[in-house]
Amino acid sequence: MTEKTQEEEILGKAYDSRLMKRLLVYIKPYKKYVILAILLNIFVAAFGPLRPFLTKIAIDDYILNSNYNGLKIIALLLFASLILQAIIQYFLTYYTQYLGQRTLYDIRTQIFEHIQKLALKYFDRTPIGRIVTRATNDVESLNELFSSGIVMVFSDIFIIIWILVFMFSMDIPLSLVTLSVLPVLIYGTFLFRKKVRETYRDVRFHLARLNSYMQEHVTGMSVVQIFRKEKDEFKKFSNINADHRDANIRSIFYYAIFFPTVELLSSIAIALIIWYGGGEVIQGAVKLGDLFAFIQFTEMFFRPIRDLSEKYNILQTSMASSERIFKLLDNQTFIKDPEEPVKLNGVKGDIQFKDVWFAYDDDNYVLKNINFSIKPGEVVAIVGHTGAGKSTLINILTRFYDIRKGSILLDGIDIRQINKKDLRKYISIVLQDVFLFSGTIESNINMDNDEISIEQVISAAKTVGADKFISNLPNKYQEEVKERGATLSVGQKQLISFTRALAYDPKILILDEATSSIDTEAENLIKSAIEKLLIGRTAIVIAHRLSTIQNADKIIVLHKGEIREIGNHQELLAKRGIYYKLYQLQYKDQEIIKTI
Amino acid sequence: MKNLLTLKKYFLKYKTKLFLGIVFILISNSMTVILPILLKDAIDELQRNTTSAILLKYAGLIVGTSIVGGIFRYSIRQTIIVVSREIEYDLRGDFWSHIQKLPLRYFQNNSTGNIMSHATNDINAIRSFIGPAVMYSIDTSIRLLIVVAIMMSMNFSLTIYALLPLPFLSYGVYRVGKLIHEKYVKIQENFSQLTTRAQENFSGIRVIKSFVREENEIKRWRELSKEFLRKNMNLIRIQAMITPILTVITGISIIVVIWIGGGKVINGEMSLGEIAAFVAYLSILIWPVIAFGWVMNIIQQAEASMKRLNKIFSEPYEIDDSEKTDLSIKELKGEIEFNNVSFRYSDNLPKVLNNINLKIPIGSTLAVIGHTGSGKTSLINLIPRLYDVTDGEVKIDGKNVKEIPLDILRTNIAVVQQESFLFSDTVNGNLSYGLRTIDIDKVKEVSRIANFDKDVETFTKGYETMVGERGITFSGGQKQRASLARALAADPKILILDDSFSAVDTQTEERILKNLKEFMKNRTSIIISHRISTVKDADNIIVIHNETIAEQGTHNELVALNGIYADLHYKQLLEKELEELN
Repeated sequence: MTEKTQEEEILGKAYDSRLMKRLLVYIKPYKKYVILAILLNIFVAAFGPLRPFLTKIAIDDYILNSNYNGLKIIALLLFASLILQAIIQYFLTYYTQYLGQRTLYDIRTQIFEHIQKLALKYFDRTPIGRIVTRATNDVESLNELFSSGIVMVFSDIFIIIWILVFMFSMDIPLSLVTLSVLPVLIYGTFLFRKKVRETYRDVRFHLARLNSYMQEHVTGMSVVQIFRKEKDEFKKFSNINADHRDANIRSIFYYAIFFPTVELLSSIAIALIIWYGGGEVIQGAVKLGDLFAFIQFTEMFFRPIRDLSEKYNILQTSMASSERIFKLLDNQTFIKDPEEPVKLNGVKGDIQFKDVWFAYDDDNYVLKNINFSIKPGEVVAIVGHTGAGKSTLINILTRFYDIRKGSILLDGIDIRQINKKDLRKYISIVLQDVFLFSGTIESNINMDNDEISIEQVISAAKTVGADKFISNLPNKYQEEVKERGATLSVGQKQLISFTRALAYDPKILILDEATSSIDTEAENLIKSAIEKLLIGRTAIVIAHRLSTIQNADKIIVLHKGEIREIGNHQELLAKRGIYYKLYQLQYKDQEIIKTI
Repeated sequence: MKNLLTLKKYFLKYKTKLFLGIVFILISNSMTVILPILLKDAIDELQRNTTSAILLKYAGLIVGTSIVGGIFRYSIRQTIIVVSREIEYDLRGDFWSHIQKLPLRYFQNNSTGNIMSHATNDINAIRSFIGPAVMYSIDTSIRLLIVVAIMMSMNFSLTIYALLPLPFLSYGVYRVGKLIHEKYVKIQENFSQLTTRAQENFSGIRVIKSFVREENEIKRWRELSKEFLRKNMNLIRIQAMITPILTVITGISIIVVIWIGGGKVINGEMSLGEIAAFVAYLSILIWPVIAFGWVMNIIQQAEASMKRLNKIFSEPYEIDDSEKTDLSIKELKGEIEFNNVSFRYSDNLPKVLNNINLKIPIGSTLAVIGHTGSGKTSLINLIPRLYDVTDGEVKIDGKNVKEIPLDILRTNIAVVQQESFLFSDTVNGNLSYGLRTIDIDKVKEVSRIANFDKDVETFTKGYETMVGERGITFSGGQKQRASLARALAADPKILILDDSFSAVDTQTEERILKNLKEFMKNRTSIIISHRISTVKDADNIIVIHNETIAEQGTHNELVALNGIYADLHYKQLLEKELEELN
């Protein structure tokens, strides 16, 4: 039962004026056009009821008076009104839908822009799939509200009003008699909507159960098969499948009863027109053409009433999504830029960590009291066992996260005094897990930055030795890169990410080395690429290669969030401490391969 | 239509109900067509100075036929549409029972999303065909025939003029419907591009932020979003035509009746009542004519969906009992043998295992060690026939596994897979998965062995706690221990643990291994692991390297061998030292 109430909460979000007000803000830029559309709708709504009125004239004034020319004029008038209505209707629909789509476009970009500004902390805590849903599906579910909901309400209401106007102008008592079925029709329609809503909820619930059963068991099919439970599972499946069927069959009932009822009501109205109206005709109070017109009117009421009753559903679904969207837009997990930032005009590359403490959450410090400094042009290797805090060190230097205590200085300036954009312009990061975007090789190297020319891209690729394999691709630098670089090897992806970093020519380079690849040829390529990359830069390397460590000016040994040893390779080996153990565990094998 | 013939057997199953439905359609239509005649008579009466009693009679008849027609209209939905739901149920059941029997290979080559789309979208398209499409096409044809006959009997030429626009309406709806479907597919494609882009951006947000490319990403999102807007407008351009087309074509028919029919009244060829009847008939015909074009589209879509489903239905089971199966085998003892076994996942992929020879005596423990991707899991998958060997044979108790009935084979082997998978059910339900009936004592016992009982005690509802999406989320270690307990509860003759302790800390692991020792007496067991601590006590240890067995022996023998195993052993000792260092 808890499942059911959850489902109901999702579907049953009631109208909320606060949310509605916020939603209406989005149509403000198009206010003039919306008002115009509404006015046009009011006008065009009159055409439908106009035709039965003309029919009446045709019958009473011309057919019954044997005036063929008059009849022809009326027929032409009818035809003209029909064409005019169709044309206006087409452009009106197109136009309102366009406004709706524009609004959705605005919301979609606003959400995306907002997400781009959110700090990494938000992405750590929120499943990617959920963020994607906000920017896509949730926006789509506002579609009906914006594209038809707001404007069409006026259309439906005015169609009803126009019919009433025409009816009462023709004959008041006959109007009242005919309209006597209207309350029942309105009540019935709304009752039907309510019932359908309920059964729809029921169907949705069973459908969700069915889908999640199948989803789950397709994923876990190996468990089903290993335990040889196919027969038992099929029984379970059949029960859920049957519940779904029965819920659907229950909902058939309401449709089965509703449509005949509407037909019956319209028959009753026609019967009333024949009986009462006919009686008046006999007495000469009503003309025969009026009966014709009224019979046609009775059929016109149904559509606007049905449409109005659907509007409530549209409101409901849009409430739930808009609440989720606004919650995201209200999220202010930003890393703030300083109010009066220090402008950077070139950077020397002097880095200092002073008493730095950092925790991702609460008091679980992953970095404790970190102190070290790097002189311009120095290469520093960071080593440590898994969970020592190496990656965290990188994260805080580029302000992906802000530190808790202490300070990090770049050329003597606290990095919190610098705009993130400026800071990151001078620091490039090469991550262990190379992330390639769908696009071309070129766009993955220059990251779609027009300021980096194709010549610069090629020259950077040549420097790191990536040019060779890229030139061998059918389309060279324009070769398509699939999502996540699926068609490229691990080594190739790494070379691309080195080229990317080099093309940006950063003053400071942060390199998270991937654990050495098995293929020796690729390994040699990567090794020399790294050497080229480090020339003339301040660099911090999370090292996995012996060669990188040996070439470093300084090695910092992190262990459980603290700096335990600092020195060069030989000094640290002689110490026989943590570095010595790490060397045995991670780097010694590379030496063996080398000597062989 | 070729593929839709598959549905014949389902239709035959419900032939009585369907036949009744068709009878109801006939009756309700014969009521519907009376109303315009009544209208005609009433209006003609009015021109002849009638009495209000006669008018009342007509009014009564109008309501009366409407009531009778309504009752049968209700019954149509209760038969034909209900049958469509019944067939949907049968079809989905057949689909599922087929899917369940497909080999693991199928699930590795087809994404869950893909399979789900067949189970939902395709079956749904077929359901729409069976229900609404069948109902409306029969209804339409019958109604069209009767109404046209009546209209013609009243006035032949007017009937032709009035009905002339209607085929255009039908064809228009068909064309527009088709176009809408095409445009809609394009929109869906674009929407999934949007989703992919968002997914990619949010996953790569670190790279984007570190290269300060946010502005550019926003630009690219705007472009894609604009494209989506454009595709939507393409659809709307067509969709917006529907109402105007309906208005014009139906309107023209009525105008024709009033104009030409009016002329005929003036000439005295027709009565005013007949005009009223014509107008009424047109309004009765409009919906079926629209439905006709609409139904054509549904049939086409259903045919495409049925084709996709038939493709799945023709997927072979691959692994199943065959004529070679020896039905006399009722139980297994647990001696396992690999004879020159080679295996590859498909013909165009390299071998994963090459010429493996191995014997595992009853009651012994074999440990398997090797790098990621060396083929350890492939090796053990061959025993319960999750895959079949490419060459050679796997034997249990001297019998080729292909000869052992699948029921006997799999119920006697329990595998704890690398990726623990629990169902969203209670803890109890999950742990007794391999049992015929839920046995709480047994569940408690195996929980104790798997060191999972202490965890369960901390849950508020104990063994009745829900697991998964709608319940509590287990840690990796809890999942692994729960899957172990589930395997133990099945009381297998052969127990296979595929890296089942990777998320369990070493102390807990040691405790579980100690408990297992007692349980594994008289049972054959295979343990795959990366950790030396897990495997060191096994009776026999094999190291898989380069698709074959590189080293074999007990812990001490392998350490003395000074090869791959010894190196791994040494490194893990170092790691332990580092971890303990403060």
